[in-house]
Amino acid sequence: MSGNPLQAPAAETGRDAALPPPRERKIRHRRHPWRWAGVAVLAVLVAMLAHSFLSDQAFAWGIVGQYLAAGPVMDGLLTTIELTAITMAIGIVGGVLIAAMRLSPNPIMSRVAWFYVWLLRSVPLLVQLLFWYNLGALYPRLSLGVPFGPTFVSAGSNTLISPFTAAILGLGLHEVAYMAEIFRGGILSVPQGQTEAALSLGMTRRGALFRIVLPQAVRVVVPPTGSEVINVVKGSALVSVITLTDLLYSVQKIYAENYRVIPLLIVAVIWYLIVTSVLSAGQYLLERRFGRSLARTPRGGWRPWRQRGIPSEEAL
Amino acid sequence: MNNAAAEAREPMVRAVGVHKSYGHVPVLNGLTLDVAGGEVLCLLGPSGSGKSTFLRCINHLEAPDSGYISVAGELIGYREQGEFLVEASERQIARKRAEIGMVFQQFNLFSNKTVLANLTEAPVRVRREPRAEVEERARANLRRVGLADLADRYPGQLSGGQQQRVAIARALTMRPKVMLFDEPTSALDPELVGEVLDVMRDLAADGMTMVVVTHEIGFAREVATRVAFLHHGQIAEIGSPASVIEHPSHERIRAFLTTVR
Repeated sequence: MSGNPLQAPAAETGRDAALPPPRERKIRHRRHPWRWAGVAVLAVLVAMLAHSFLSDQAFAWGIVGQYLAAGPVMDGLLTTIELTAITMAIGIVGGVLIAAMRLSPNPIMSRVAWFYVWLLRSVPLLVQLLFWYNLGALYPRLSLGVPFGPTFVSAGSNTLISPFTAAILGLGLHEVAYMAEIFRGGILSVPQGQTEAALSLGMTRRGALFRIVLPQAVRVVVPPTGSEVINVVKGSALVSVITLTDLLYSVQKIYAENYRVIPLLIVAVIWYLIVTSVLSAGQYLLERRFGRSLARTPRGGWRPWRQRGIPSEEAL
Repeated sequence: MNNAAAEAREPMVRAVGVHKSYGHVPVLNGLTLDVAGGEVLCLLGPSGSGKSTFLRCINHLEAPDSGYISVAGELIGYREQGEFLVEASERQIARKRAEIGMVFQQFNLFSNKTVLANLTEAPVRVRREPRAEVEERARANLRRVGLADLADRYPGQLSGGQQQRVAIARALTMRPKVMLFDEPTSALDPELVGEVLDVMRDLAADGMTMVVVTHEIGFAREVATRVAFLHHGQIAEIGSPASVIEHPSHERIRAFLTTVR
């Protein structure tokens, strides 16, 4: 047949031959002169900032360099990382537990979980930290035994709860509340049909949750959990109020002696930036890993040169 | 004592006076029905007539408000204790459910698992059968539904028709006594319906007991041993496909059939 297949089919009147052949036409893109103006303004602002950073004596880059990898700062950094890791471990395990309780058909479980989240999210983290740190004032001795009966082990609260334990308790239990809500959202994002299919195959509710629903919820849970890790890194700076030597408190101790406040705070800022950047990269990798089963391209990882999209019937 | 169980020709599925309502809306109104072993029963009826709810009561995804259902002579969701039906534990219900295969309108394949893992998950985890044995059976079932070479794909990479065939193979791998189909072709593009119906036809020819909620009148007429027409949560008419579909006695059925045909 003659004629361009992209053209509309000719009407029965037979005007096909009368139509002029289509012309090739080039597209001229719009220009954006104001973007260049924006770039110019930003360039001036960045130059001003850089000039101030480099010339202002208060920044004292020599001192920043001197303390960036100093022993006490490294110890503080390590404590911050340690606190973050333990807090997130508690947060994730406890969060799954509280989320599962919250969604359980058992009304006692679900109400206890609701109460936990309500309480721990309502009280400022700083107050919670101070509370755990001062627990000894409320319960001078902590003991394990039969309720209202004999005790087996007992110890003074102040020896049991060091600044580090108080920090872990405060940060961890607080984090559980937030992670519980994140996991609850993730679990609810998995279609109900997945649970029904699992139940119809003879799985229990718990089996369906852990084997089928949670693995699928992870994909939804990873991005907000990534933000939570970064929040915990930064939030852990609060522990300086209970005299735990984290990154912030370690530089505070130094500038309390030499009064170089700004350079030492910049040391802390640089480390916080490095840690959070590394964590963001880790989050990206995790998201790639857990996106796999939902990708429509066959297994084999990320191949940008391959066309993405639904595989054709022949490919199947 | 238990006369029903002692009966020699126990039906595969027996529903007695099943009531179910959501809030104040009654969905099932004392539905009573027997399905013999090897029978293919198609449930027809307008939406809201209770077909799907009844199917979900058979494997206790929904608990009936009153009445009871037994499969292969065993009560579902309850156990008998003198005059009472005592609610069964979750584990007991799960064990019964494992004997009842179910195929859903939306396929509901586990999207985080490969096709093969979808089939092996329950036999290995729930029944604790040896993995190698289960895998062999799973591959045989995939061959049976014509998808042997897709074992390592993820559900998202399959067409709707292929997903539904995998779902059937997944249910079969548990070696169920009964198969329940809840509008298995309603979510499919018209050109994919045939491949799923072919698999079901093959199952029926093999003597599987099947309860099928469907709008495929052609399938019902050709494959069903009996057709039941549900209306307002009760069976309005039940009988051979010829009698119910070709010569319906109720005006309501005639009206329904002209809309779906």
